[in-house]
Amino acid sequence: MYLKTLMSGNEAIARGAWEAGVRFASAYPGTPSTEILENIARYREVRSQWSVNEKTALEAALGASLGGVRTLCAMKHVGLNVAADPLFSSSYTGVNAGLVIVTADDPGCHSSQNEQDNRYYAQAAKLPLIEPSDSQEALDFTRMAFELSEEYDTPVLLRVTTRIAHGKSPVTTWERAEATAPAYERAMTKHVLVPAVARPRHTAVEERLARLQAYAESSPMNRIEWGSTRLGVISSGVAYQYAREVLGDNASYLKLGMSFPFPAALARSFISQVEQVIIIEELEPFLEQAVRALGMGDEHPIVGKSLIPRTGELDSRTVALSLAPALAAANGRPAVADRTPANPPTDGVDPGALGAFGTFGTPATGELASLLAPGRTAEQAVGRPPMFCAGCPHRGVFYELGRLPVMVSGDIGCYALGAMPPFSAIDTCIDMGASIAAGLGFQAALDILKPDKPARTIAVIGDSTFFHSGMTGLLDAAYNGVGVITIILDNRITAMTGHQENPGSGFTLSGAPAREAELETLVRAIGIEMVQTVDPFDLAQVREAIESAMGNPGPSVIIARGPCALLRRLAVRRPAYQVDQDTCRKCKACLHVACPALYVDGENVQIDAETCVGCGVCSQVCRFGSIRQTDAAKDGDE
Amino acid sequence: MSETTNVMLVGVGGQGTILASRVLAQLLLDAGLDVKMSEVHGMAQRGGSVTTHVRFGRRVAAPTISPGQAHFILAFECMEASRYAHYLTKDGVIIANTRRIPSLPILIGREAYPDDIASRLASRCIDARWLDASAVAAGLGNVRVENTVLLGAFSTFLAFPEDAWKQALGTVIPTKHVELNLAAFAAGRRLTQQ
Repeated sequence: MYLKTLMSGNEAIARGAWEAGVRFASAYPGTPSTEILENIARYREVRSQWSVNEKTALEAALGASLGGVRTLCAMKHVGLNVAADPLFSSSYTGVNAGLVIVTADDPGCHSSQNEQDNRYYAQAAKLPLIEPSDSQEALDFTRMAFELSEEYDTPVLLRVTTRIAHGKSPVTTWERAEATAPAYERAMTKHVLVPAVARPRHTAVEERLARLQAYAESSPMNRIEWGSTRLGVISSGVAYQYAREVLGDNASYLKLGMSFPFPAALARSFISQVEQVIIIEELEPFLEQAVRALGMGDEHPIVGKSLIPRTGELDSRTVALSLAPALAAANGRPAVADRTPANPPTDGVDPGALGAFGTFGTPATGELASLLAPGRTAEQAVGRPPMFCAGCPHRGVFYELGRLPVMVSGDIGCYALGAMPPFSAIDTCIDMGASIAAGLGFQAALDILKPDKPARTIAVIGDSTFFHSGMTGLLDAAYNGVGVITIILDNRITAMTGHQENPGSGFTLSGAPAREAELETLVRAIGIEMVQTVDPFDLAQVREAIESAMGNPGPSVIIARGPCALLRRLAVRRPAYQVDQDTCRKCKACLHVACPALYVDGENVQIDAETCVGCGVCSQVCRFGSIRQTDAAKDGDE
Repeated sequence: MSETTNVMLVGVGGQGTILASRVLAQLLLDAGLDVKMSEVHGMAQRGGSVTTHVRFGRRVAAPTISPGQAHFILAFECMEASRYAHYLTKDGVIIANTRRIPSLPILIGREAYPDDIASRLASRCIDARWLDASAVAAGLGNVRVENTVLLGAFSTFLAFPEDAWKQALGTVIPTKHVELNLAAFAAGRRLTQQ
């Protein structure tokens, strides 16, 4: 009997990579991919590192692979945009030891700026694409991906989505097998991608793709599960699980674990044995396009995105309701339309969307019946958006920025919450590291349109985001002399993804001490002459620094240095504050700092002593001096 | 096909919903069942609403619970109980903590914390069992074990023996906290055992 453990997909990928003999791993943290490297770092046999960004992570990974050790590189979906340049080149260079690149996509934008479907990267870069649909497959497929990578001399793109990455299911594990890599040999005609080399490499890539397609036809990662042949489902990843949940044995399944190159012969054979075909996939019609290209739709009607939503995350109910037009007719009742805000609209489904596709005789029993039931209406509950923690160093900066007539160019991190009320102090949030260069452009537009009295643009960026790709934007501003003001919110950690170390934090992924990048030195070396460092818990300092910067027409930098309130090794907990109700004028100005420790109690504002960490920002907002520290009171009690 | 049981744990970041769901998942794994558990990380520590989905049975396909599918909801906070009530099946049960944690719109005085949550759910024929798990936990000396109190209260709704739960608690909870959590679990069971 196997001993099974419950693992997330991310843990399983890390385990699978370790079992496959991986010895080098690199990543830049990003939800939902972060835990892959955090888990792989626990294995002593693997040298693991947080890279400065996804591009350097993949370049390092390719170097390690060519150098002769099996390598894993992980990132979130938008991170692969950053790493796209080495991704495409790595397809041409090929590998030496196995190289697996993990992209963790985020349908539904749980914590991302878009929901792009990275399966197209495999197609565009001509790399094999693997899509596990639970944790066991995440482990097994990762092992297989390394074999595939070496056998076909190609990086392999392993794509998971949030529910696979963070979902947990039982996993049987295996032992580690050390991989023996060929010794490195200089291969100028393969690794030096000058035009004369790249042209023949393109031909080699196309030949490799043909061989990979042949492999996909019989890969154990692709399988047919026979049920009713009235309906054939083609699916991959987590979408396969929703399809199974909804249709059970009332359909047959072509379940694709290796979805690119598309196994055309296998698909033809499957389609020829079922009456009608539905492609159930999240986001884009990636599989659907390949299926339609087979040209079998006349005899075996095909539906896909005309029924299944193209936007947002799927779940069982969404799939069931999407199929309702076809299901319900079979059950002799009208299509169910549950139009509560919490449920996806089905109104958009035009019966014509079925086209030649008929209905299928799936009895709506058990789980399917409950999925199709009209359901309850959602309660109108007061929202619970995330907010700055008590003691967060960002609070004071955004309180001050919210009071200024400036354009604020934002970036990716916890501080994007500065866009929310009551601060409402951010104009844009684009991509990792965009704030400074986008701020430069905005400042340039203001300078062009109002040369006499241009307004000012302030870019805000976190320490890790600055290292990731903000530095280049700042160099751009310094070089071109554009007067964007940059505030680096240096909270000493990569906070939003759950406290990952970075070049400024003083530690590596494995916890070893690291050389700290000095922001002040770095910024000066880039060419910024005016550099001010402030304590973000001191509002007057923040205000004065911004005023001085606005008095200087050139580009300048303010480093707001204060540790993340959740960072135990640096955050300081001081005595809590309390409101002196006798002198309090009940103006509630203090609520504008939106601190979870402050709450309204009838006419009064109170401070929860358990939550307050004594940062003192609220007391600086009170014009009547009514918010004071409780240390005296505490001493008196004891 | 054997039925799947669907349990949602809902609360506010920092309340220990994830630890509670890990204990539940361990219990199910020990019982030899197929389990799928789904949670979303990211902003969980920033005071947002957090949910964990746990599904178990002989074979579980989808990792998430859709509206209308939850047999049980463990609500760690009063307002969160109402936010996810529509996830219940027709006969589903909410085991809910009466604790109130105001959210941002309430903290800044733009909205009031609703007073009528229990009566609204009752008027919609939603079977909610309210308990003051936080008070029980505080009585044991640490409000943080309110998650285990709730788990204890929930345990009487499933057919697993008490010892199996205790074993799962022992596996998941760090040794130095096990005793307190076993006490919290027992206290929780007493709340729903009558």
